[in-house]
Amino acid sequence: MNKNRTSGRTVGGLRTLSLQAPAVTLLLLWMIVPLAMTVWFSFQRYNLLMPSMTGFAGFENYEYLLTDPALWSAMGTTLLLVGWVLAITVVGGTLLAVLFQQDFMGRGVARVLAISPFFVMPTVSALVWKNMMMHPANGVFAWLAESLGLPAVDWFSSLPLTSIIIIVSWQWLPFALLILLTAMQSLDDDQVEAARMDGAGPVAIFFYITLPHLKRAISVVVMIEMIFLLTIFAEIFVTTSGGPGLATTNLAYLIYIRALLDFDVGTASAGGVIAIILANIVAIFLVRMVAKNLEQ
Amino acid sequence: MTTTTTTGDSVKAPVADAGRGASALRAQRRRKFGITLLGWGVALTIFFPIFWMIVTGFKTEAEAIADPSLIFTPTLESYVEVQERADYLKFAWNSVVVSFGSTLLALLIAVPSAYAMAFLPTKRTKGTLLWMLSTKMLPSVGVLVPIYLLFRDFGLLDTRIGLTIVYTLMNLPIVVWMLYTFFKDLPREILEAGRMDGASTFQEVWYLLLPLTLPGIASTGLLSVILSWNEAFWSLNLTTSQAAPLTAYIASFSSPEGLFWAKLSAASTMAIAPILIFGWLTQKQMVRGLTFGAVK
Repeated sequence: MNKNRTSGRTVGGLRTLSLQAPAVTLLLLWMIVPLAMTVWFSFQRYNLLMPSMTGFAGFENYEYLLTDPALWSAMGTTLLLVGWVLAITVVGGTLLAVLFQQDFMGRGVARVLAISPFFVMPTVSALVWKNMMMHPANGVFAWLAESLGLPAVDWFSSLPLTSIIIIVSWQWLPFALLILLTAMQSLDDDQVEAARMDGAGPVAIFFYITLPHLKRAISVVVMIEMIFLLTIFAEIFVTTSGGPGLATTNLAYLIYIRALLDFDVGTASAGGVIAIILANIVAIFLVRMVAKNLEQ
Repeated sequence: MTTTTTTGDSVKAPVADAGRGASALRAQRRRKFGITLLGWGVALTIFFPIFWMIVTGFKTEAEAIADPSLIFTPTLESYVEVQERADYLKFAWNSVVVSFGSTLLALLIAVPSAYAMAFLPTKRTKGTLLWMLSTKMLPSVGVLVPIYLLFRDFGLLDTRIGLTIVYTLMNLPIVVWMLYTFFKDLPREILEAGRMDGASTFQEVWYLLLPLTLPGIASTGLLSVILSWNEAFWSLNLTTSQAAPLTAYIASFSSPEGLFWAKLSAASTMAIAPILIFGWLTQKQMVRGLTFGAVK
């Protein structure tokens, strides 16, 4: 094999190139063209409602955006949303992975049920939760509270962001569970058994063996979720439309408002550039980790 | 009785008498019972909103907003009405065309690329793979403005072709990656033997590689279908009525006048049922695609 390598390299290289050309060209276009346009627009005066106002804007759009309280409110909302959902899904997912790793009756079916929410389209999850679960008069939660003699909570008017966090966590908890369960399967049973013989209790085993073993999988979950959670859109679109006020407007929703409701292409693009930069900070770490993994 | 205790317990208490062995066994049984209860409790709680949605779909509108109850006469009324009033099948067909179309396209473009990376690697292969991964990190909201304007200018807004293109490109990196990990698991000797017998690259791929990696290709395709089917950022922003897939159709239930829970539930159940089944079938393999091979 190694002997053939040197002679095969140039021919192989050419073949590799032609076989990869379609995928690489398309992805390159898909990445470069919109990216370049976003950056270009972000420096332009460009509003679809005011066609006469054109020309180079310099950093005006950024200035306008960065001094707009809406942006900072949206950044705060984005952080809260990402932070809370991450905390809930990672901690919950780890505990659930430990639970579903235990041997019990009907485990396979129970696992499948617990993973299911991940396969439900976001608009369905959001509307089912908003109407049938969290409705202040007819929802299941209101009925439960009433049965217990507690006042019903009007989820989306009094706790709008919390409601969104609950819905999004419900969607992503199964994702964390699925990944961590898979990672759990490579855990060495002998090691756990040995620790148990040495008198380690379940808590010690969890903190000293299970958790270190899951470390890499957990960081993968954190990074992938961050990239997706940074731009949560559909759940907000169908439940609160960003309100009341700006209470549930995250960065993605703010850009949507600026672009497709205000038709302010310039400012929306500046917002887009900010979103891209934020996502890339996370992406660098993820790509590095995957790269390390490729070498093994 | 002592002979049936697990090794862990007998080592921990080597001098245990018959009575203590029996009580340990009983404790173990109790523990298993407790875990079974907990596992099922958690699984059913997580699954409850989906269960409740399925149940509500078979109620009348009056029953749907009444106090939660499992005692009612099931009716298909809502299913019939959803089809009659809103032409459910049109949206379902859009979903089918767009998600299967984009998956086929992505597979067609990705197979040669993944083949080249797995069997004809060059110095640049690793870099190409990582670069493909990084295109997935570009937040869609960051390029919303240019894609929207390009679609408007090319007449692609609210067309199935437009959405298919976007989904193909959106899933291409994941499809290439996942295929790459499956192809790499195939022993190289098999393909080399084919080459010795004078098979062309096409024959090698068509007669050897594809049949041998069919399960992997199938789960890659299923993941791509699932992701496209459930995608709700581009479908909400790029389609209105003609090409709207189910994600966008379900979102139309968010308006106050569309507050018909039984119909929402019936439409949602039909929208998620096929994907839920696909997800259950392919949950183990899809971890590779979702984590870019970082967790296996």
